[in-house]
Amino acid sequence: MKQFQYIRPASQAAVLDAIAKSGSKIIAGGTNLVDLMKKGVMSPDKLVDINSLPLNTINTSPKGLHIGALVLNSVLSENSLVLDKHPLLSMALKAGASPQLRNMATVGGNMMQRTRCAYFYDTTMPCNKRTPGTGCGAMGGYNRMHAIFGSSPQCIAVHPSDMCVALAALGATVTIAGKKGERHIPFTEFHRLPGEHPEMDNHLATGEMILGVDIPDNNFAKNSYYLKVRDRQSYAFALVSVAAALDLRGGVIKEARLAMGGVAHKPWRLFDAEKFLAGKAPTEENFNKAAQLAMQSAKAYEYNAFKLKLAPATIAEALKHAGGLA
Amino acid sequence: MSDKKPIIPPNGEGISNGTRRDFIKQTTVLTAVAMAPGTVVKAASDHIDEQIAAVFEKMPLKMEVNGKLQNLSVEPRSTLLDILREQLDLTGTKKGCDHGQCGACTVHVDGHRVNSCLTLGVMVNGKKITTIEGLAKGDELHPMQEAFLKHDGFQCGYCTPGQIMSAVACIREGHANSEGEIREYMSGNICRCGAYPNIVNAIQEVKAGGQTV
Ligand SMILES: Cc1cc2nc3c(=O)[nH]c(=O)nc-3n(C[C@H](O)[C@H](O)[C@H](O)COP(=O)(O)OP(=O)(O)OC[C@H]3O[C@@H](n4cnc5c(N)ncnc54)[C@H](O)[C@@H]3O)c2cc1C
Ligand code: FES
Ligand code: FES
Repeated sequence: MKQFQYIRPASQAAVLDAIAKSGSKIIAGGTNLVDLMKKGVMSPDKLVDINSLPLNTINTSPKGLHIGALVLNSVLSENSLVLDKHPLLSMALKAGASPQLRNMATVGGNMMQRTRCAYFYDTTMPCNKRTPGTGCGAMGGYNRMHAIFGSSPQCIAVHPSDMCVALAALGATVTIAGKKGERHIPFTEFHRLPGEHPEMDNHLATGEMILGVDIPDNNFAKNSYYLKVRDRQSYAFALVSVAAALDLRGGVIKEARLAMGGVAHKPWRLFDAEKFLAGKAPTEENFNKAAQLAMQSAKAYEYNAFKLKLAPATIAEALKHAGGLA
Repeated sequence: MSDKKPIIPPNGEGISNGTRRDFIKQTTVLTAVAMAPGTVVKAASDHIDEQIAAVFEKMPLKMEVNGKLQNLSVEPRSTLLDILREQLDLTGTKKGCDHGQCGACTVHVDGHRVNSCLTLGVMVNGKKITTIEGLAKGDELHPMQEAFLKHDGFQCGYCTPGQIMSAVACIREGHANSEGEIREYMSGNICRCGAYPNIVNAIQEVKAGGQTV
């Protein structure tokens, strides 16, 4: 690992000062950054440890449930407010990584984690995300884990998070701080598609940091489900995952939320399928139709064509669980 | 300051001290300075000169390991795993993958299980660490160690320290209520010898015994 300077500022202002320089990186749990630094994929000059900041609270607010950026994934997954109001989030968190890693991983770090694309990790391989202009190794390579939605000729990597899939489905908002003050953006607009600039995973600018997320209150708690399909039953990244949430009233779906992981450069909301389900009965037939609708813009590469079958099957299955049919 | 083009990282401005850093790297001074006893980094300082100097310096690290206070001097890049094994000779904690993928390096930090291979030593300053060496009370093995012996919870034994640290945490967390739950909450510990069924049995026995672990 390259040598670096380490600081642990006591205030948000001092953190923002320190990260204004592009060679500086925030470190929270370290589970992604230290891994990437060992591989030489990332090599900051300075690590800015934010663990002295008071960003580890979970509390109800006028905006719903507020979750600080330093809340641990393990703590969040077992929090009584989360279990009560947003069990979908708890399920997604528990499906991610391992208990040890969740004891270190933070909400902010989880959102900012980089792709697990093997070409991104291997510094001897071409990768536009790691080294812009070198090409995409996965495009004509071994792309079994890669995107089927929203990719570009420059990059077909996927965002690996489970937590983010649930937060996208639940319509959370992200609070960001920079030197000019705070701003709020919808969770679904935090991560971006690769386009011409796969080196940018999201819309956080240099010098900005995540303070936390807010989840608005909803009626999904009774009918939500996170289904993750992977190569082994636990401790593996998603091939495909689905967060499904239904607001069921009097046998009718008032509102549906669907998001997928493992299929795109960002948590992938299935807006067409959601629209289709609104006002319909929660039947297997409708769930299957919604799953087919969701696949309209899907495109596979050499080794990930199986996702074209796996994805709709997973959507339908997650909906059946959420709707009480399974 | 420089006549050489700054390094341009993907997302922004150049690193202004690139030239000087490169120069230092290219000379053998690097090894000489790195091996000299370091002075304390003034953490809050942000001056470029200091930043360059700080690259070579060690930082103080105070932590309690298995009940004993340790005052160390470490490089910021040293992981807790390497510090335990190489500076404190606590080689019970194993390095499997060094990337968070196997759990062999599992230790407790302030009572919570973590992967010490992804933990920077400087980030556990002031904390209490428990390793596999800290479980037994003198000659008396911890109930989980006894149970692993009784149930043959290992073959080669390489993953065992991590398994046991994780198993103790699994019970303390309240995640050992069924075979399924144990398997899920022990999934962060890989065993290449496949001792899983015996490991689950050991944990179930300790859980059923009801002792405080
Ligand atoms: C073996 C393994 C398996 C895994 N499996 C899964 C899985 O199945 N599902 C899953 O979802 N995840 C998985 N993960 C990833 C894990 O969830 C992430 O590594 C973790 O969430 C990152 O959080 P952290 O706090 O450790 O981040 P760090 O490593 O500290 O930081 C990661 C990035 O976030 C930035 N950052 C951190 N906090 C902030 C902030 N507040 N504002 C701005 N930037 C910030 C850092 O600068 C850095 O670039 C796995 C990881 C490993 C090692
Ligand atoms: S050595 Fe730490 S998880 Fe493998
Ligand atoms: S006992 Fe050999 S790896 Fe587990």
